[in-house]
Amino acid sequence: MSEYTEKFDATGLNCPLPILRSKKVLTSMNSGEVLYVISTDSGSVKDFDAFCKQTGNELLESSEADGKYHYYIKKT
Amino acid sequence: MPEKKLALIATKGTLDWAYPPFILASTAAAIGYEVQIFFTFYGLQLLKKDLNLKVSPLGNPGMPMPMGMDSWMPNIVTALPGMEAMMSSMMKSKMKSKGVASVAELRDLCLEAEVKMIACQMTVDLFDMQPSEFIDGIDYAGAATFFEFAGESDVNLFI
Repeated sequence: MSEYTEKFDATGLNCPLPILRSKKVLTSMNSGEVLYVISTDSGSVKDFDAFCKQTGNELLESSEADGKYHYYIKKT
Repeated sequence: MPEKKLALIATKGTLDWAYPPFILASTAAAIGYEVQIFFTFYGLQLLKKDLNLKVSPLGNPGMPMPMGMDSWMPNIVTALPGMEAMMSSMMKSKMKSKGVASVAELRDLCLEAEVKMIACQMTVDLFDMQPSEFIDGIDYAGAATFFEFAGESDVNLFI
């Protein structure tokens, strides 16, 4: 997975900032565009899943590599 | 999907208890909830322009302290002058180092997300507080106003 429209680096931020700031970026984006988020908060894995389920945005990918969590969210 | 609603009552004015209402409100707003928070009694401290919130280790056996002090230090020691200020500043620097948002930042995010904040008029009068001490953009009302929103909310929490 590498295609994305916007990237947001939430490294070092803790709950609920990764979600809140990502939401802010999503608001500025158009439908169909993809937001790539990098987080170091382990709790964000379940949170991004729950956030997408409740907002209707599509979580294309959620993965972990080198202690960082990567999310690709498609704005609906 | 009809908008869901979250109604909160914030009753506590310490640093630790400032987090739950603002974290829940800002997150709910990000998910799409319409949110109202009713601030009453000590919760009014959370609406002050000048946030000077403290956390007290006194009578709080659940509060973790550095060097395991919470397990061996007599609780009475935490009543000594300066302990509250010291613990509050330690807590704030710990939060900063862990990437936890400040209360002011979370409150700003709530305001930005149009979370409606209501100060309990009765408590404002009771404590002789002035509206000039509080942030702009809040309402002043009573319990009946809270129920107007809470009565049709999906989630109601008393914090």
